[in-house]
Amino acid sequence: MSASDAARPEIVIRGVTKVFEAEALGTVVALNGIDLDVAKGEFVCLLGPSGCGKSTLLNAVAGFSLPTSGSIRTNDVEVTAPGPDRAMVFQEYALFPWMTVAKNVAFGLEMKGASKAEIKEKVDGLLATLHLTEFRDRFPKDLSGGMRQRVAIARVLAIDSPVLLMDEPFGALDALTRRNLQDELLRIWSEWRKTILFVTHGIEESIYLADRIVVMTYRPGRVKKIVEVGMPRLRDVSSPEFNTLKRELTEMVMEEQRRHAEAETRPAMAD
Amino acid sequence: MAKKSGGSVVWSLAVPVALLAIWEGLSRAGVINPMILPSPSAVFLRWIAYAKPMMPFDPVEGTYVAWLFSGELLHDAAASLYRVVMGFLIGAGLALPIGLLMGTSETVYRLINPLLQILRPIPPIAYIPLAILWFGLGNPPAFFLISLGAFFPVLMNTIGGVRTVDAIYVRAARNLGASGATLFWRVILPAATPHIMTGLRVGFGVAFIVLIVAEMIAVNNGLGYRILEAREFFWSDKIIAGMISIGLLGLAIDTGLSRLSDHLLR
Ligand SMILES: Nc1ncnc2c1ncn2[C@@H]1O[C@H](COP(=O)(O)OP(=O)(O)O)[C@@H](O)[C@H]1O
Ligand SMILES: [Mg+2]
Repeated sequence: MSASDAARPEIVIRGVTKVFEAEALGTVVALNGIDLDVAKGEFVCLLGPSGCGKSTLLNAVAGFSLPTSGSIRTNDVEVTAPGPDRAMVFQEYALFPWMTVAKNVAFGLEMKGASKAEIKEKVDGLLATLHLTEFRDRFPKDLSGGMRQRVAIARVLAIDSPVLLMDEPFGALDALTRRNLQDELLRIWSEWRKTILFVTHGIEESIYLADRIVVMTYRPGRVKKIVEVGMPRLRDVSSPEFNTLKRELTEMVMEEQRRHAEAETRPAMAD
Repeated sequence: MAKKSGGSVVWSLAVPVALLAIWEGLSRAGVINPMILPSPSAVFLRWIAYAKPMMPFDPVEGTYVAWLFSGELLHDAAASLYRVVMGFLIGAGLALPIGLLMGTSETVYRLINPLLQILRPIPPIAYIPLAILWFGLGNPPAFFLISLGAFFPVLMNTIGGVRTVDAIYVRAARNLGASGATLFWRVILPAATPHIMTGLRVGFGVAFIVLIVAEMIAVNNGLGYRILEAREFFWSDKIIAGMISIGLLGLAIDTGLSRLSDHLLR
């Protein structure tokens, strides 16, 4: 990797606008003119109240639902379709219920056409990394939420994509399990040097995890503010610094939340 | 807990046993004409006679096992089972690929769906005259009718199963690099399997109903034929013994399918 390579951002989002034409709600401008760069190896959180377009932006980067206008490039390649270079972790885990844990983790490798031996070695390693070895032959339905999300993380790590996209991955977990997985994620991130774009509506979660927090506005979704979190990791959630930042961010998010509540005179679409 | 489950067995048997006892009592007291409704014990004896080999064992005729299975009931059950399985395999075997195609391709769906909507409300039984006209008597019209019975439930559930596969599985799979045929075989088909299994079970239920009707009109053996034959001799005990056999066969097949489905859907 040359010096200029390292300097070039991994994800470049320019003027991204997304308009939904929904029959019931009429036209929804979910995103309006989003500009954002994410550097290689950076951990960026998208923060905002529900409905402000976080998932829409992430899905656009993933290539599931392309922007109405504007451009998204990862590693200097225009995003046009989903691909294993941008691995997505979903809040609903999205594990394949008909496959065992090991088969789920192996899926992406099989799609790549990896050899049996290579698949076994990688899967064994990942299961060990995420403390899943003894669950390898279980089915997802037999696992707790936290365990399932570990499997989902192992599954995307298997394809070794440089970019990880995570849409409220820990949103459905209890507080203790969540903290546990946050620490696990930070460990993996620093060890594997991934670029992570992480969607959350949890203020504390974003401060705990991110290098930078992108606060979004509600309808149309824009970048309200980008906040650098300078604190060294692992961060102490009870430190004064942490709490000052938390207060500041809460104020910003609450402001958008109020605009959300005012807009809620019509029934909202599922977010 | 053992006490409780023991109690629940007593509870669940209480009403059937009481009814059987009343029925038996009334029959013995001569209140009910046995021609109209034979006593439970008469039905049971008739059922044994129906199941038993008709000739005494003779080593010249064949092996002991063959003799053991030479009773009329087992022959009828085997004939019925053969018909319903064949008809079901034909019907489901056609419905599955068509359903998968209609579920995946919007074009195929739009082309074929109107025809299906016209044909679907016609009960398979209404095809009896055509079936006889086209296939004569014997197994072929029975296969035709039974396969029609299985066809639509399997088809509709397969289409529905494929069309309603949770988009998140497809997203996850595409994100992990799956596309085209691999996506279909590795993700869409297994995700639709619960629906398809439901279709197979419902389809088998309909096939079983059609089986009994088809045997009453087109063939001269099988459980459905046998109870109609018994009516001609006013053997009401044999009619009921035959009905019970039909119920047991249906139960056995459905249990088997449900096991298969549990296994596939672990
Ligand atoms: N498929 C869609 N059709 C119509 N409107 C949508 C669709 N997806 C999202 N929206 C709307 O776009 C806005 C942003 O949604 P989303 O990105 O899911 O928000 P978030 O993830 O921040 O909660 C919401 O107002 C939502 O109603
Ligand atoms: Mg969302």
